[in-house]
Amino acid sequence: MSEANQDTTPMIQVNQVWKQYDDNIVLERLNKTVDEGEFVTLVGASGCGKSTFLNMLLGTEQPSKGEILLDGKPIPNEAGSDRGIVFQQYSVFPHMTVLENVMATCGFQRPGITGYLFGSGRSAAREAAESILEQVGLSQALKKYPHELSGGMRQRLALAQALLGKPRILLLDESFGALDPGIRADMHDLVLNLWSEHKLTVFMVTHDLKEGFYLGTRLWVFDKLRQDPQAPQRYGAVITYDLPVGHTDHSTYQQIDDHLRPIPAQAG
Amino acid sequence: MKKFINQRPGRAFKLLLGIAPFVLLFLLYVMGSDARLEVNPNDKLLPSMSQIADGLERMAFEPSKRSGEYLFWQDTASSLTRLGLGILIAAMLGLLIGLVTGALPMIAASLSPLLTVVSLIPPLAILPILFIVFGLGEVSKVVLIAIGITPFIARDIQRRTQEIPSEQLVKAQSLGANTSQIMIRVLLPQIMPKLFDAVRLSLGAGWLFLIAAEAVAATDGLGYRIFLVRRYMAMDVILPYVAWITILAFLIDVSLRELTKKLFPWYVQGGKS
Repeated sequence: MSEANQDTTPMIQVNQVWKQYDDNIVLERLNKTVDEGEFVTLVGASGCGKSTFLNMLLGTEQPSKGEILLDGKPIPNEAGSDRGIVFQQYSVFPHMTVLENVMATCGFQRPGITGYLFGSGRSAAREAAESILEQVGLSQALKKYPHELSGGMRQRLALAQALLGKPRILLLDESFGALDPGIRADMHDLVLNLWSEHKLTVFMVTHDLKEGFYLGTRLWVFDKLRQDPQAPQRYGAVITYDLPVGHTDHSTYQQIDDHLRPIPAQAG
Repeated sequence: MKKFINQRPGRAFKLLLGIAPFVLLFLLYVMGSDARLEVNPNDKLLPSMSQIADGLERMAFEPSKRSGEYLFWQDTASSLTRLGLGILIAAMLGLLIGLVTGALPMIAASLSPLLTVVSLIPPLAILPILFIVFGLGEVSKVVLIAIGITPFIARDIQRRTQEIPSEQLVKAQSLGANTSQIMIRVLLPQIMPKLFDAVRLSLGAGWLFLIAAEAVAATDGLGYRIFLVRRYMAMDVILPYVAWITILAFLIDVSLRELTKKLFPWYVQGGKS
């Protein structure tokens, strides 16, 4: 997807990034570039550092060594409005209705002390919110509170909320991991549509290889290349596969799958 | 036969089980009262129901011979005003301190140790200081209630604020929110129902401080009256007063609970994410 950006510098540059907590090395020697408009799926065993990597893009965690550049500048060390996020849970505000949740985005977008909107700003926000809720299929639930929604509807709401913030990068941290498989497939379709419609750059963390494998433009597999049985925390994970999605065949899939989950693959 | 731990009362039986202790205590009292009055008709310790009714009527429905006021209602109004003011001040201060220390680590670093120490000071031990500083009037009683329960509310609200999932704070920032917007739109509305809960829990302490302050220095109030008539062993006044305080406390608690339900429909129904 290089046509999205005529610029010579890629949107995101990951330069020699290491991440460790005390002696525990989580990620090591990451070097990647991502162009604007790509859809990167991050898979790997649990605890392999894929969510840590996402948090570094989000700004809530910082690399121990190396740097991640966004448009040539280091990523700010706190969350900001250029990077939207949908978590697996607690992503929406429980005290606001569906409509209020999305309208709140408009309030947060303007400078101000309270974040409440009045007058024309409020009616503009209402229109924008209603149109984006229409896109994600929540028009029937405007007055409901999040706890009255199903898990899938709640994540649709979280997506709508994030999209109205007009982020350049959308981060999905196992956003659909808790949903039923059928609903999850719907959500993936929705995300793909929104991605092409809103011209986003998407990073999606998932623990299910099968889902990541056919989604988006690029697949990253996080895994530990070096293992020390006496000290498992000695070496961190690296990105072992960086595959363009669509140019892969089933044997590659099987190969990665065997590597990540040796036992279940043999059993089934 | 189910194990006892798995047995649950039906609706009617549950009501019966709930009322039974009240009826039992009432019967015990009436029997005790009758027995004592039979031996000594001038006994004052356990007045009969009719004597209690007389006492209540004298206080509530006949003007006082000295001042011409209906003492029972005047006591009630004075006490509720003091309690209400004290709790209102404590709730607002506690909300402010708790929200700020719960949300902002820089402020918490400075205020939390102080708050912990202040909350350990027994409020009644500083009552004399309040009388010296604020005089014997209304201010010192209101201040005692406020000082007594503010630390509790502040610490509770601080904890509740910290319990709000950090995902929500990150999410708000990723939508472009600044610090004050997060505090006012994300944290404050979610903390308000917790404040109502904290106030309900601190009402017992509020009554304690109110009655203590009135007992020491006052010219009216429910606590003042009880301690005044104690000199004459006027159980026929003390008992209805105690019952009345209990009823008031119950009514305040119930109305706060109902108000919480009405104001924060998302909270009572268990909204979390």
